[in-house]
This record gives sequence, C-alpha cells and structure tokens, in this order.
Amino acid sequence: MSTTALAEPVPLRAAPGPGGFRLSRVLLFAAALLALLSLVRVITGADDITSSGTVGAALRLAVPIGLAALGGLWAERSGVVNIGLEGMMILGTWTGAWAGYQWGPWAGVVVGIIGGALGGLLHAAATVTFGVDHIVSGVAINILGLGLTQFLAGLLFDTGEAKALGGGPRQSPPVDAIKTVSLPVLSGGDIFGWRSPDALGWLERRHWLLVSDLAGLLRGLTAGISLLTLVAVALVPITFFVLWRTRFGLRVRSCGESPYAAESLGVSVYRMKYAAVVISGACAGLAGAFLVTVASPLYQDGQTGGRGYIGLAAMIFGNWRPGGLAGGAMLFGYADAMNLRSGGESVHALLLFVAVLLAIIAVWQWQRGRRSAGAIAFVAAALLLIWYWQSDTVPGELVSFTPHLTTLLVLSLASQRLRMPAADGLIYRRGEER
Amino acid sequence: MPAWVAILRGLGPRQITLRVGAPIIALVIALVITMILLRAAGVDPFNAMTSMIDYGTTSSSVVEILNRATGYYLSAIAVAIGFRMALFNIGVDGQYRMAAMLAAVLGGAVALPAPLGQILVIVAAMLVGGAWAAIAGLLKVTRGVSEVISTIMLNAIATGLIAYLLNPARLAEVRPGSNNVATPPIPESGQVPGFELAGGTVFGLIVLAVAVGIAFHVVINRTRFGYDLRISGLSLTAARASGVDSRRMIVTTMALSGVVAGLVGMPELLGASYQYSLNFPAGLGFTGIAIALLGRNNPFGIGLAALLFSFLDQSSDVLQLNDVPKEIVLVMQGTVVLTVVIVYELVRRFEIRLQQRAVAAELAAGHVIAGEKPAGGPE
Repeated sequence: MSTTALAEPVPLRAAPGPGGFRLSRVLLFAAALLALLSLVRVITGADDITSSGTVGAALRLAVPIGLAALGGLWAERSGVVNIGLEGMMILGTWTGAWAGYQWGPWAGVVVGIIGGALGGLLHAAATVTFGVDHIVSGVAINILGLGLTQFLAGLLFDTGEAKALGGGPRQSPPVDAIKTVSLPVLSGGDIFGWRSPDALGWLERRHWLLVSDLAGLLRGLTAGISLLTLVAVALVPITFFVLWRTRFGLRVRSCGESPYAAESLGVSVYRMKYAAVVISGACAGLAGAFLVTVASPLYQDGQTGGRGYIGLAAMIFGNWRPGGLAGGAMLFGYADAMNLRSGGESVHALLLFVAVLLAIIAVWQWQRGRRSAGAIAFVAAALLLIWYWQSDTVPGELVSFTPHLTTLLVLSLASQRLRMPAADGLIYRRGEER
Repeated sequence: MPAWVAILRGLGPRQITLRVGAPIIALVIALVITMILLRAAGVDPFNAMTSMIDYGTTSSSVVEILNRATGYYLSAIAVAIGFRMALFNIGVDGQYRMAAMLAAVLGGAVALPAPLGQILVIVAAMLVGGAWAAIAGLLKVTRGVSEVISTIMLNAIATGLIAYLLNPARLAEVRPGSNNVATPPIPESGQVPGFELAGGTVFGLIVLAVAVGIAFHVVINRTRFGYDLRISGLSLTAARASGVDSRRMIVTTMALSGVVAGLVGMPELLGASYQYSLNFPAGLGFTGIAIALLGRNNPFGIGLAALLFSFLDQSSDVLQLNDVPKEIVLVMQGTVVLTVVIVYELVRRFEIRLQQRAVAAELAAGHVIAGEKPAGGPE
C-alpha cells in the first residue's frame, strides 16, 4: 500500500538529517513494493488497485489530510499540541465557501486560509497567553468551529441570494471548481488548445505486469491535477525548508524542544509560538478550502469527517517530519480512495498484498532474532490469508477505519522509534523555569 | 457536618469567592458573547433570552432537560474520572456507543425476569465500555501510546464497527415502513420504567446517574484508591515514590472511566428507545468533556453543568421560531468551555500570587512559618 506513499517524489528528497532515509534505499523499497503490488494485481485481476483513477483519487483525498498534518507539524514543532485542527478545518470550509461562491474559488482559498488562521490565533491566545491545557483548548475549538459554522450557515446561506443560488441551512451555494491541469504528451494535457497524446493512459490500459502499474501511478499523479493540489504538494518541501533551513524555523523548533534554552538565547518564545500556531491554523484552513474548491464544489455540514484528526495521525505516523507525514497522508488517502472507488473487491485484493508483506516482515524479524515479533507477524499474515480465501469482498464499513487502525498499529509497534519535540504539549511561562 | 466545616476552614472566604466566582464570571462572558452574536443575527438578545427561559421552564421542557442531563452527567463523570488522574479520555463517545449497541443486542436476544434482564444489560454495557477503554490504557502503559490519540482512533474504529454490525445481515433488522435499521427491541420485562412527572416520564435510570455521582465522590475522596488516583494526577513521580503502581493505576482508571462511559447510553436504551438504531443519540462523549471541565471534575459541579447544557439544548428550540439557527447553542457551549478554562487558569495564578504575597508578608514580619500550611499552590 505504501508504494504510492513512498513514490511521492517531492518530500523524500527533502528529508535528510537524522531519522531520515537514504534516497536510494527508499527508491529501492518503493520499487519492491510496486513490484509486489503489481504481482498481486495480476494474480487477483483487481486492476483498480494501481489504476490512475485510484492514484488520482488517493492524491485528491490525501491533500486535505496532508495539509492538516502540516498544520499539526507547525504547531507541535513549536511545542503546542493542536488537536483543534478539525475545528480550524471546519472554519476553513465555511469561510472558503462563503467567499468562494461570491468572488470565485481563489478568493475562497484565501479567505479559507484566513478563517483557519483565526482559529489558530484563538488557540495560540488560549494556550500561549493564558497557559490553558493544549488539549482542552483544542477540544473547545473543535466544538466552537462546528457550532459557529453551523450557526453562520443557517444565518447566511439560508436566506436571500445565497438561498436562491442553492444554499441552505446545511450547505452553501456551489463554488466554481479550481482549474485542473494534465502533463502534456505523457498524460494527455493540452498544449495551446491542442490535445496531446495520452501515452501513459495507453500503457496503463494494456495491463502489463509492472509497466502498466508504473504508468497508472505516474498518470494518476500527473493527469487532472488541480492547481491547488500543486500548491499543497509544494507546501511540503517549503515547510521543510522554512523549518529546517531558515533562522525563523530554527527558532520555532527550539521553542518546541527547549523553550527555556531558547528564551535564554533571546528568542521571543511567545512570538514564535504564536506565529507557528497561526500558520498551523492557516494550513488547516487551506485544507478546508481545498475541500470546498476541489474535492466537492460546496460547503456541507460534516464535510471534514474527522480529517483533522487523521492529519494529526499522519503527522505522528511521519515522525513529526514533512516527508514522513506526506507519506502517511498518501497512505491514508489511498485507503480512502480504495473504499470510495471500487470498494470491496480491490480491498480484498489488498488483503493478499498485506498478507505477503507481513510474511516478509515475519521472516525478517525472525532472522534478526526477534522471535515473538516474527511469530505475531506470521500469525497475522496467516489470518489475513485465510480471510482472503474465505471471502470475495471486504465490507466498506470495515475499510472506513483502515487509517485509524493503521495509526494505532504503527504507534503501538513503532512508538519507540518515533520522537516528538521534547517540550511538546508542555505549558511555557516566560521566566518561570523550574 | 464536620466535613463541611473543615472544607470551609481550609478554603477561607477568599478562596470560596474565587471557586464559586470563577465559573460565574466565565458564564457571564460566554453570555455576553452569545448576546453579541444574537444581536448580529438581527434579534433582540434580551427578548431571545427571556423566550428561552420561558420555554425552557415549561413542564414538558423540564422533563426533557432532566432526561437529557442524565446522559450528559454520566458522560461527564466518565471523563472526570480520567481527568482526576490527568488522563484524557476522548474516547467516551466510542465507548458508550459500542457498549449501548452490544448491550442492546444482548437485551433484545435474552428475555429474563424483571430485575435480572436489566442488570444483565447494564453490566454488559459496563464491561464493553470498560474493555474498549482499557485498550487505550494498555497501549499507554505497554507501548507508550498517548491516550489522546489512541482514544480518537478508537472512536473512529468504533463508528466503523457499529456501522458494520448494525446491518440487517448481521446484528440488526430493518424496521418496516422506514429506512431505520435497529437491533431487536428489548422486551417489556427488560425495560426500566420511568417516573411520572408533570405529564412526562423521567428516565428511571436517573437514580443510577445520581448513584454514580455519589460513588464517584466517595471513591475519589474517601478511599485509598481515590487518594492514589488523585496523587497520580497531581504528580506521577510523587505517586510512584509513595509506592503507587502507576502502570496499574493508568489501566484501572481508564477501564473505570470506560465502565461509567458504558452507562451513558443506558437511560435512553432502557427507558425510551429500547433498541439501538441509526438515530441513537451520538456525540454525548464530546459534550461530556465540556461539562466535566465546566463542573471542575466535581460531581456536584458536573450536575449543575449537565443541567445547564441540557437546558441550553432544550430551550434553543424556541430560537428556531425567531429565525435564529439553534446551533448558536454549540457556540455558547464552546465559548463557555474556553472562557471557563481561561478564567480558572487566571484564578489559579492569582491564588498563587496571593499566597506568595502572604508568605512574603509573614517572612518580612519575622514570623516563623515552619509547620504552617505549605504555600506553593496546587502544583
């Protein structure tokens, strides 16, 4: 499953340093996973598991998760836990749609970012200025974001012009979608109005082992991509650059690792935390704006569907690093896409994929002397294989919580290898080091 | 009442003013913000408030408020058990829905004579809730997974599992004449009759909620376990130094919180719906967090907070008639939580400053303060 995640080209190059992987090893790993996925596809005939449609949908679904995760990264790198991402994202959907239906989608994006940033400002005021527990403030912001948008939707979308355009108490008038682009020649993009050939699409339809899978993967990442998706993907390396390669980023991170040390060096910890949490809210707001301008063309109540929380999970999955969280977001987006597009049959094919993967892990762990871990992985692989042979399809309800289950498993298996910022979630008061 | 006297002496008049004053200040701030919003919505805020109070105090409303507050109260107590040990159980929502669904299936399948059937269902719900919450506790102590993340994930997993199980092909059946899917109804011998009050029926299990509140108070304040729990919440290292097995405390507290969470759906299940269906009330777990914060994790305070939230929910229906979206209640509830925690924090710091000043004054006056009450504040 993580093929798509690891094949995401941009962030990995931008993740060196301690804890990061060597690029060559990552590519080798990705190739091996793709080969396995391809084999599973040929054996099971579930062509959709590597089709460009699935990959494209996975990317589209991964973007809001990834943006929320970036928001979480910004806040937590400055030492503030932001569980209010969900509420800030909800604020982004409402403000984005409110501006979007009136002044076009890009205005919606900008106002959505502002809406989320305001939520972030509130969180910063509560946690940094008033020293409230971060989780408590986040929970309150989630309640507030939901209530405020529902209230405002009922107030503004259910009357007058907005209602005439199709608004209601639970939804906004439609917002124009943001333009999509495709890569010319390879994926059938336009060059000055001339429709270029769709080479990857042709390859994909042949259903050859490996070649078609690679073509599907690349086409999914290059065909029909919204401009906002490009912006969102670009934000991953930009975040890395700002946080790890600039003075400002160093200061923000020092506040998350050791605020009193940062204070002794003359860093204004309060200001850094404020900046980081507002940026965090802005990322969540952008995620909300993405939902109303790309994913579906309007604001709907309950549209975020807990993606803020999944974003937080993706961030932890990615070990508080931009490259890792992008991988996590892609994995969760892929799970969502599987569920949405072809449902049961494709997921059923993936059971085989995961079973083989677990069997390999079992052998590997066994050889490294970790007998019990190997045995557990082996039993899990065997159970999945039995499930695979005993059924034809996997119920969608069970697939719906794949991201959450993955997060729990990753956390419980790898929590020793994850390292969060040392002062994450601790309340900092200027000059009160104990 | 000697306990009362002791508490009063320990607090002193200023502390009492602060303790009672803080939530009131927070409520007033939240009220002002709500009124500004109402004003912005083009409604006379004072008119709206009086009509809310008028509607909320009619006899049918009072019954409704009591019933709703029962679930809120249990949910907030479940959250508060974790809070007292500095554990954040966000998973009450998943725990009570999981428990209510499985208990409803059991209640619909087994017909036992009067008290046994009810006890069976309630105990089953407690066990399911406790087990589901214990997962988070176990993951925390064995694998170091933060309970905040794991309970959020377990909520989503519970939602998915319930959707999977609540299917005509599995544990549920389709109700003829509607789209609703529900578990088989609990027979009359397994239901809990309510009290007749002012033309309505108050849940019989409101008694259970009160009992849980009293038990919470006694266990936390009057038992060794409660003492260990509170100490662990204040300082895990201090607790460990005094011989508390913190790992076991974490799992036990989480499970206990889940056991109470399992009760949240019971008044509704055994007193009104008699089945778990698609429209079984959801989201009580999150409201419970807000109520526990407002009530300062104190069983009596939580009771007042639960009634207040329930009153707001019920009386906001009348706003809809004035063309104000009733969701303004959520805004009010969110604002209350935020202002409450901010005001509490400010008051706490103010108290520390007062104590420090008092100590400084005594030192300056040359008094011996050894043997006096330590002045350092609640940290």
